[in-house]
Amino acid sequence: MWDAFVAVFARDVLQAWRRRADWLTSIFFFVIVVSLFPLGVGPEPALLRTMAPGIVWVAALLAAMLSLPRVFGSDYADGTLEQLVLTPHPLTVIVLAKVLAHWLLSGVPLALIAPVLALQFGLEGEPVGVLFVALLLGTPCLSLIGGVGAALTLGVRGGGVLIALLVLPLYIPVLIFGAGAVEATVAGTGAAGHLSLLAAGLLIAIVLAPWAIAAALRVALE
Amino acid sequence: MAFNWFKYSSPQTFYPLAGRLVPFFAVLAAVLGAIGLYIGFFVAPTDFQQGEAYRIIFIHVPAAWMSMFIYLVMAAWAALGLILNTRLSSMMATALAPTGALMTFLALWTGALWGKPMWGTWWAWDARMTSELILLFLYIGFMALQASIDDPRRADKAGAILALVGAVNVPIIYFSVKWWNTLHQGASISVGRSPSMASTMLLGMLVMALAYWMYSIAVTLMRVRSIILERERNTQWVRDLPGAPA
Repeated sequence: MWDAFVAVFARDVLQAWRRRADWLTSIFFFVIVVSLFPLGVGPEPALLRTMAPGIVWVAALLAAMLSLPRVFGSDYADGTLEQLVLTPHPLTVIVLAKVLAHWLLSGVPLALIAPVLALQFGLEGEPVGVLFVALLLGTPCLSLIGGVGAALTLGVRGGGVLIALLVLPLYIPVLIFGAGAVEATVAGTGAAGHLSLLAAGLLIAIVLAPWAIAAALRVALE
Repeated sequence: MAFNWFKYSSPQTFYPLAGRLVPFFAVLAAVLGAIGLYIGFFVAPTDFQQGEAYRIIFIHVPAAWMSMFIYLVMAAWAALGLILNTRLSSMMATALAPTGALMTFLALWTGALWGKPMWGTWWAWDARMTSELILLFLYIGFMALQASIDDPRRADKAGAILALVGAVNVPIIYFSVKWWNTLHQGASISVGRSPSMASTMLLGMLVMALAYWMYSIAVTLMRVRSIILERERNTQWVRDLPGAPA
């Protein structure tokens, strides 16, 4: 079982590595969306500082969402997914490996770039660190919840837009606590509570989301 | 007496039963609605703080209750359909969604109309209003997903999974929005802690809630009848129905 997990994970990462441009696109999308806001609302430093956590998080949500169709899309198209479902290994484990690969390719880069963008918005010191930690805790949630949406919309008409409709409402708690953690640090009340809630949400998602994803995949492949 | 609970889980036997039940619930909804509106507009006293405008709660509060209740019922039918693989349960979930979305929209709309005279604003990012808005998004997502899948059985199951994921998320969303709201003290308006209510007001609201409930049942049964006809149109029993084209 562990071997299957490692094999699927390594395969997905290797595939992504060979088609780097696909994944870099969504990361640059993140950078561009964040950079658009100062142009839209004006370069007022105080305003930008208060808006920075929300902007970074909303952009992270959108970037994570945009890369979702790739989690199962190509495997569904070429029949690999069917083979994966037929293996004797539990589908939840395979799904978890694929989601983990998605997080490594989309979530981790966002968390690594976000501190640089935060500096652009005049955030310094502790809030930047909290933003990094919050993104590290929150982006796996986005990958797990998003996996459900990706599995449900496999091979469905207008899947790309539909996935936004399905997934974004479910992302709201992550957005609230993720951006809240940074805001609380700026306000001086400490981010521990928000980060704990993010971690709790992550644990719930790790337990429940693979079941939902596996069920959705079986429905899609019927 | 042995009663076969599964007798009416078949679309063929449920179709005529639903047809007989619809007028009953529709009449009940109309009568209760008339009584509730009469109590609400003529019997209930004028609120000394809010004046006459408060009377919109007789429309607003039952709609908000139903919007949440219908989501739970929908998720329950969806779960049943997923577990027992019964077609009718999934059809019920599909039939409930538009009514639930309508109730959510009604609650938001009347809430805005109420908010303007009461707090001087159409919309505030209050926890209840925000989570009601998110609930509307969840309904729309459910309907959009089902609409974009052509195979009805796959649409049923995909919708069921989404409804269940949503049902798990609803409390999480509600509390996260609530805490988010209390953290942003500045803009919030205290919507909670409504003043103690006269008993006639409460009675009017309960009667209206019952009327909404009966309406929802009647409309859902009508809709499920249509869904049954649409999906079973190639079966013999539908062709044998009176009025069916030969």
